[in-house]
Amino acid sequence: MKRYIPFLALLLGIAYLVSAFRDKADDSGRDLAGFGRLPVLANGRIKPLDTIARSSLLQLQGRQRVSDPAVAAPYAANPSAWLADVLFSPERADTYPTFRIDSPELLTLMGLMEAETKITYDSGLKHTFAILGFLPSTRSRFSFKQLEPRLTELERQSQLAAPVAAQTRTPFQRAVIQLYGNIRHYLELKHMVVMPGSADFLSELMRFQEGLPAGIAAVRARQAGQGYDQQAFQTIMELAPRYDFMGGATSILAIPPADPVAAPAAWKTAGNAILDTIQTGSLSPAVMAYAGLAHAWRNHRTDQFNKIVELYGAELSRRLPAAMSKTGAETRFNAIDPFDRSLKLFSLVFLLGIVSWLKFPEVLGRSAFWLMVLAFAATTAGIATRMWLEGRPPVTNLYSSALFVGWGAVGLCLLLEAIYQNAIGSVAAGLIGFGTLLIAHHLSLGGDTLEMMRAVLDSNFWLATHVVVITIGYAATFLAGFLALIYIVRGVFTPSLDQATADALNRMVYGIVCFATLFSLIGTVLGGIWADQSWGRFWGWDPKENGALIIVLWNAIILHARWGGLVKPRGMMMLAVFGNIVTSWSWFGTNMLGIGLHSYGFMDAAFWWLSAFIVSQLAFIAVAALPLARWRSFADQTAKGTL
Amino acid sequence: MHELWSSFRVFFSSLKLTVVLLVLSIILVFWATIAQVRLGVWGVQEHFFRTFFVLSKLPGTEIPIPVFPGGYFIGGLLLLNLTAAHFARFALKWGKSGIALTHLGLVILLIGELLSGLWQEEYSLRLDEGQTKNYSESFRLSELALIDTTDAQFDDVFVVPEKLLARGRAVTHPPLPFRIVPKAYYPNASLQMRSPATAPNPSLATQGIGLQVTTTPLALTYKMDERNLPAAYVELIAPEGSLGTWLVSEQLAEPQTFTHAGRTWSIALRLQRHYKPYSLTLVNFSHDRYAGTEIPKNFSSRIRLTTPDGRDDREVLIYMNNPLRYAGLTFYQAGFDNNDRTTVLQVVRNPSWLLPYVACVLMSAGLLIQFGISLFAFVARRRALPTA
Repeated sequence: MKRYIPFLALLLGIAYLVSAFRDKADDSGRDLAGFGRLPVLANGRIKPLDTIARSSLLQLQGRQRVSDPAVAAPYAANPSAWLADVLFSPERADTYPTFRIDSPELLTLMGLMEAETKITYDSGLKHTFAILGFLPSTRSRFSFKQLEPRLTELERQSQLAAPVAAQTRTPFQRAVIQLYGNIRHYLELKHMVVMPGSADFLSELMRFQEGLPAGIAAVRARQAGQGYDQQAFQTIMELAPRYDFMGGATSILAIPPADPVAAPAAWKTAGNAILDTIQTGSLSPAVMAYAGLAHAWRNHRTDQFNKIVELYGAELSRRLPAAMSKTGAETRFNAIDPFDRSLKLFSLVFLLGIVSWLKFPEVLGRSAFWLMVLAFAATTAGIATRMWLEGRPPVTNLYSSALFVGWGAVGLCLLLEAIYQNAIGSVAAGLIGFGTLLIAHHLSLGGDTLEMMRAVLDSNFWLATHVVVITIGYAATFLAGFLALIYIVRGVFTPSLDQATADALNRMVYGIVCFATLFSLIGTVLGGIWADQSWGRFWGWDPKENGALIIVLWNAIILHARWGGLVKPRGMMMLAVFGNIVTSWSWFGTNMLGIGLHSYGFMDAAFWWLSAFIVSQLAFIAVAALPLARWRSFADQTAKGTL
Repeated sequence: MHELWSSFRVFFSSLKLTVVLLVLSIILVFWATIAQVRLGVWGVQEHFFRTFFVLSKLPGTEIPIPVFPGGYFIGGLLLLNLTAAHFARFALKWGKSGIALTHLGLVILLIGELLSGLWQEEYSLRLDEGQTKNYSESFRLSELALIDTTDAQFDDVFVVPEKLLARGRAVTHPPLPFRIVPKAYYPNASLQMRSPATAPNPSLATQGIGLQVTTTPLALTYKMDERNLPAAYVELIAPEGSLGTWLVSEQLAEPQTFTHAGRTWSIALRLQRHYKPYSLTLVNFSHDRYAGTEIPKNFSSRIRLTTPDGRDDREVLIYMNNPLRYAGLTFYQAGFDNNDRTTVLQVVRNPSWLLPYVACVLMSAGLLIQFGISLFAFVARRRALPTA
C-alpha cells in the first residue's frame, strides 16, 4: 500500500494542473473566452484582450479579481468581463473599485476619508473577525467615480512631481505619479474601441457613415463659397472631432490592418480608423464589430454578443491566422497560469520534504520528489510557451530572469535528489521555486511581462548564450546558499543532521559551488565579449557587470578557502550563505543603485525586501557561528570528543 | 638569505593570500559600484581601478591619503600570487591541467584589462545628415586651438591640451609667433552676459567676446548626463608685446578671430580632436520604433567611408550590435539627436581586444576539464558504493 502513496500524490498533482484546462464557463453564457482571444496591438506586440485585461488589473490594483471586501459577489466574473465593462459600459466600470491607493497622504488628497476607507461588514461574525485582524478593516481599492472629483488636483500634483528625478521622489510623489499613470491607462482602455458617453455608439456610427457623402459635399461646397446642406455639414463637423479625440486618447491599436500581408504593422486606433471612413466611404468591419459588441453588451443581448464574437473571430482567423493562433494560445496560457499553480505545488513540496525528515521518510520523500518533478515540468512548459509567444530565448527581462533562476535551481535540485534521495533537494527546490515564483508575481504587477526588446538588447544570440548562462550561475549560487541554510538550520536547531547527511550536504554544496563558478565565470566573460562585439570594449565597470564579477569572485573565494584548508564544512556553509547576499545584490541591488543612496529611495518596497533578506542571511551566518557544542546535532559528538 | 627567500616564496604563493586578495577585490568592486552614483563611471575607473591606491582626502584638508589598495595594486599582487603559486605548487599532472589552464586564462585576462586600461581610447563622433568629418572628439578633454586661417586652401592648427592650461604656465612653440599665457582656468564654468549690476569689476579679457561676458566657476560634475564645460582666459604675447587676453570656453559656439602680423587667426577652446586619414559622411540615419510605442526597435546610420587616396569609397551600415571596424577603430551606434537627423557614434581603440577572447577559451576549457574530472570521479565512487 505504502508504495502507491507517492504515485497517488503525483496523480493528484496532475489532476490539479489539468483542472486548469477546463474552460470556466461564465454563468451568463456570454462567450468571454472568445472575446478575450480577440487581438490588439499594444506596446509593440499583438496580444489578446485577455492579456490586456489581466495585466491592466494587476497594474491598477495588484490582483486580477475585481471585488470589494464588504460585497459578497465579485463585480466581474473574470478579467475579460471587467474589460468588456470598461470598453462597453464604462459608466458601470467606473463604479468598480479597481484603483489601489496605499499612501495615506494620497488618500487625503483624493478626498477619501474614513467614510470611504472603513469597511463595515453586514455579518456579526465577519465584524468580529475584522476586529481581531483576520479580515481587513480598511479598504485600499477605490473606483474611478470616487476619484473623479479630484482628478484635476491629481494632475496638478503629478505635474509638480514629474520634474523631480525618479530616485529622489518622496513616497507621496511616487504614489501620485503611479496613480496618475493608472488613471491615464484606464482612460486609454475606455477610449480603445468605443467613445465613452455615447449611449448608442453603433447607431451614431451608422449616422456618421450615412451622412458622409452629403457631409463631404457640403464641406466642399462651403469651401468653394457655394450654397450647402446645413444639416449634413453640422453632422460631420460635430462627429469628426469626436473620433479625432478618441483616436488620440488611446495608444492601443485595436483595428487590424486592412491588408495584413502588405502592411502587417499598419494597425490603427479605433478613432483613427473611423476617421479613415472620410476617405474610404465605408466603416471598417472591425470598428463595426466592436460597436456591435458594445450594443449587445449594453443591452444584455447574449446571443448577439456571442454571434459577433464568433463572426469577427472567424474573420480574423481567416485574415490573420498566425496572430490568432498565438492569441488563442496566450489566452489559454493566461487561464492555466502554470506559474501560480507551480508556486502552490512548490510550497507543498517544501512541506512534504520537511515532514519527511521527521516521519515516513520513504513515502513522503518520494511524494515530494514526484511533485517537484511535476512542478518543474509545469514551469518548463510555462517558460517554453513564453519563449514561443515572444520568439525569444528564455530570459529577456527581470521577470523572466526570476522564472529562470527558479527553473535552473530546481533542475539542479532534481539531479541532487535523484542522486542522494534524502529530501534535501526537494526542500531546497520547494524553497527556491516558491521564492522565485513569488518574486516573479510581484514583478508582474508592473504590467505585461512579455515586453518588446529595446534595440540595445535585440540580439537573440547573446540573449541565448550570455544571459542564459549567467542566470544559471545565479541559480546555482542561490542553490548552494539554500543548501547551506538547510545544513545550518538542521544542525543547530534539530538533532537530525547525522554524519551521513552532513557529509552529503557538504559534497552537494561543494559541487554546486563548482558548477556556479563555471557558469558565472563563463557567463560574465561572454557578457564582456558581447560588449566588445557591439561596443568595442570588453569591460566597462558598470554596475551590472560589477555585480556579475562579484559573484564570480565570491565563488572563487569559497573554492580557494576550501582548497587551502582555511575553512571546514561549517565555514564553507557560512560562506555559501553569504553567497545568497552577494547574488541577491547583483540581481536586484544593482538595479536599485540610483535609489538606494538617496534618503527617500530607501522607502522603496523592493529595497526593504532586499534589505530584510540580507539581514536574515546575516542572522543565519551568526547562528552558524555558534560553537559546535551548541549545535543540537553535534552536541553529543563534541561531548564524546568524536568531533 | 635563503630563509628570507623561502618565506617570501611561501607568502606569495599561499592560498591564504589568494583569498585575502579576492576579498579585497570584492570590497573594491562593491565600493566602486556604490561610488558610481557620485563619481560616474569614468571617475570610478580613475579613483578605484586604474590606480594603485584609493585616495581619500583627510577631513577638512586637501591632503590625499591612501585608504584602500586600488585596482593595479590588487591586480598586480593577484598576478604575482598566481605566478608564484604556479611555480611553487602546480606539478604538471593531468589531474591538475584544468586548474593550470584556468589560471593561465585568468593571467591573460588580468593583463588584458591592464593593457586596455593603458591603451584603450574612446571618442565620440557626431554627424548631422550630409555632414562629413575626418576626426572624432574626446568625451571629456578639451584643447585650446589656435588656427592660422589665412590660406583659403588649408589651415595651420596648433593645439594646447587642457592640462597645460590648467597648469597655468606660459606655453611656447617655435612656429607660433606668440606665447600663450593662461591667466585663469576653470574646469567647469558657466557664462552669462555681463551687466554692470552683476559684475562691477572689469573683465579679465581685453579682446573678443570676453569683454561682454562673465564667468562663474561651477563645482565639477560626475553625472552621466552632464559634462564639465571648461573656460579659460588666455593672453597671447608676441615678441613686440601683448596682443590681448581672450576668454575661451566650450560654450562659445564660434571661434573668435584676430589678425596678427598680416595673418588671420582664430582661437577657441574645443573638445580634443583625434584626426583620421579618412572621412565619414552620414548619408542617412533611421530610427524605427515598435508600432504604437516609443520603444526604439533599432537605429542605424548609413555612412559613406572615403580615404583621400580613393582606395576606400563605400557605404557602411552601423547599427546596434553591428559596429564598423576600420583601421584599428570600432565605430558603434551610441545615440542620436536632433529629431533623428544627427547620429552619435562612439569610437573606440583597443589594441588588446583579442586577449579576453583567448582568456575566455582557456578558462572555460580549464574549468570544464577540472570539474569534469571531479564529476567523473564522484560518479565512479558512487558506482563503487554498494547500494544501500
